[in-house]
Amino acid sequence: MERIKNILPPGEYFFEGNEACAEGALAAGCRFFAGYPISPSSEIMERLARRLPDVGGVFIQMEDEIASIGAVIGAAWAGAKAMTATSGPGLTLMLENIGYAIMTETPCVIVDVQRAGPSTGQATRPYQGDLMQVRWGSSGDYQIIALSPWSVQEMYEMMVEAFNLAEDYRVPVFIMSDAAIAHLRETCTVSEELSISHRVKSHGTPHFGTEDQLGVPPMASFGEGEELLITGSTHDELGYRRTQDPTVQKRLVSRLSEKILRNARDIIQTEGYFLEDAEVALVAYGICARAALEATKRAHQAGLKVGLLRLKTLWPFPEEEIKGLKVQKIFVPEMNLGQMVREAERVAEVEVVSVNRVDGEVITPGEILEAITT
Amino acid sequence: MEKHLFLAGHTACYGCGEALGARLVVDAAGPDIITTDATGCLEVFTTRWPQSAWGVPFIHSLFENSAAIASGVEAALKALGRQAEAKVIAQGGDGGTADIGLQALSGMFERGHDILYVCYDNEAYMNTGVQRSGLTPYDSDTRTSPAGKVSWGNRFLKKDMPAIAAAHGVPYIATATVAYPKDLEAKVKKALKITGPKYVQVHVPCPLGWKSDPALTVKVAKLAADTGLYPIFEMENGVITKVRKISKPQKPVAEYLKIQGRFAHLFKKTGGEEEIKKIQEIADANIKRYGLA
Repeated sequence: MERIKNILPPGEYFFEGNEACAEGALAAGCRFFAGYPISPSSEIMERLARRLPDVGGVFIQMEDEIASIGAVIGAAWAGAKAMTATSGPGLTLMLENIGYAIMTETPCVIVDVQRAGPSTGQATRPYQGDLMQVRWGSSGDYQIIALSPWSVQEMYEMMVEAFNLAEDYRVPVFIMSDAAIAHLRETCTVSEELSISHRVKSHGTPHFGTEDQLGVPPMASFGEGEELLITGSTHDELGYRRTQDPTVQKRLVSRLSEKILRNARDIIQTEGYFLEDAEVALVAYGICARAALEATKRAHQAGLKVGLLRLKTLWPFPEEEIKGLKVQKIFVPEMNLGQMVREAERVAEVEVVSVNRVDGEVITPGEILEAITT
Repeated sequence: MEKHLFLAGHTACYGCGEALGARLVVDAAGPDIITTDATGCLEVFTTRWPQSAWGVPFIHSLFENSAAIASGVEAALKALGRQAEAKVIAQGGDGGTADIGLQALSGMFERGHDILYVCYDNEAYMNTGVQRSGLTPYDSDTRTSPAGKVSWGNRFLKKDMPAIAAAHGVPYIATATVAYPKDLEAKVKKALKITGPKYVQVHVPCPLGWKSDPALTVKVAKLAADTGLYPIFEMENGVITKVRKISKPQKPVAEYLKIQGRFAHLFKKTGGEEEIKKIQEIADANIKRYGLA
């Protein structure tokens, strides 16, 4: 971690979520964006089209989402902190390359501004439908990191965290935004300094394995004098294809997961509200958590012992935090037909109830409160 | 009142060139067609409840696969012995054709499907709010090719889609414009009589994205053709067989550029004259290449 000066003058800004996303990326040191227009994410690329030339960075509009994530992977290996932004259908097109980025341990940030699906769906309406797409969309076994902001301020800050995590763990990091957060306008405070992670370099050591077979290897860029052989096929720690060797496949696929899971305690971030004496807990993330917090407050005014566990990290899943909830019942409000609730059910030791809204509107505190009280 | 197969009541903007283009294409093709359409303005403004603009069967593909879905429709009709019942017309905008849809279009050309592919070229991604595409002209100001201190707008030339189609051995290729409706209709009719893949690219002004007066859509389109910036021609079996000559005396490109906000920076910033000169060179090269004079 290094403390650096922010590239924006410190102070208060009035950003929409997508603008804060772009500015947070620049603050984090992102100097490469490749993307393709898709609602409701396009403002991120539009702002970066103007801003990246200002800071000596590269903006490329690609011919589709497949090419966008491809260029991001190439840029990462050329040494840049790189990102793309899209929405659900675009993310679907990126999935093969996302698997490649996971397999080749390529650090990058992918912003998914979720909209109502499936397919083209409601291009401008908020939804939380991609939780499982980012987790399981690509083929095979792996772990990724996904964060979800609930405000414009947090969008800005999470972009910095996302780039740091991508570098620390050499993994694609997802920001799970949605059409509501993307177009929400709020005050965003920009600090004078921030902490950023740098890619770990070393000379003459393997780039695809560590001695204990559990950790994150150092990563060279092209042109640094290291022997770089990079492939999406199963490979040993030096990058050589070893597709017929069961030991190598087992070792690699295990490490790709273990390097995240063993550090889950460091990665996972949650926030608790009124949980101390709560009998009922809400578990929510993103824009939905804002409604859940308001519902929690209203419940308190009505004398109900309701608390909120807000997930800032969605993947790896905050299992311990949910398991540790000392309540009699858990409600999971989501803007989908029930995705996170399945994970909560898997780990919780009490009854878990799903609260859904799937019409492309933001769930309201009233709806959540009604679910708790009936 | 004349009966159209592409109906009124859709939600396109005032002066939309694409709505006009689609009506001319569909009306010229007649009722015995099946249409596919990539994601974009045309899909969005023609299919909104409670009014569909389509008097013929219509299937929205996704963004990248209008040509692929059309390939499936055509091949299945053939397999079922129903190919005489309807012609297949695949449609897409410039982004859906020249960028994300190019791979599927290339496959459609290669396999030789009996499909007319129509690209409505309004020169940017208008449905998502005016971002550049592979068919956005040089120096055009869009949301992702913004003109400003360090840029004159889009730095790339229009992708030469007719030449790409020609390289696939496509037997009939044409460009057309909503400025000359009879010419466009004749090309659609002719294309549908030819067996195999056909490619027709129609220039369709977008007042919103081009920042032009909606009342001047036809005038803007005429100037594009008449300055040589949008050459109008037919290519059969790899040979240019017919061109629309530009009117004499030759109009300078500035006449076309100055009535569109997307080129306004060329007339305001120092150095703009040099850029306009480069655009004139593009037009002059077209005039020479296609013999438009």
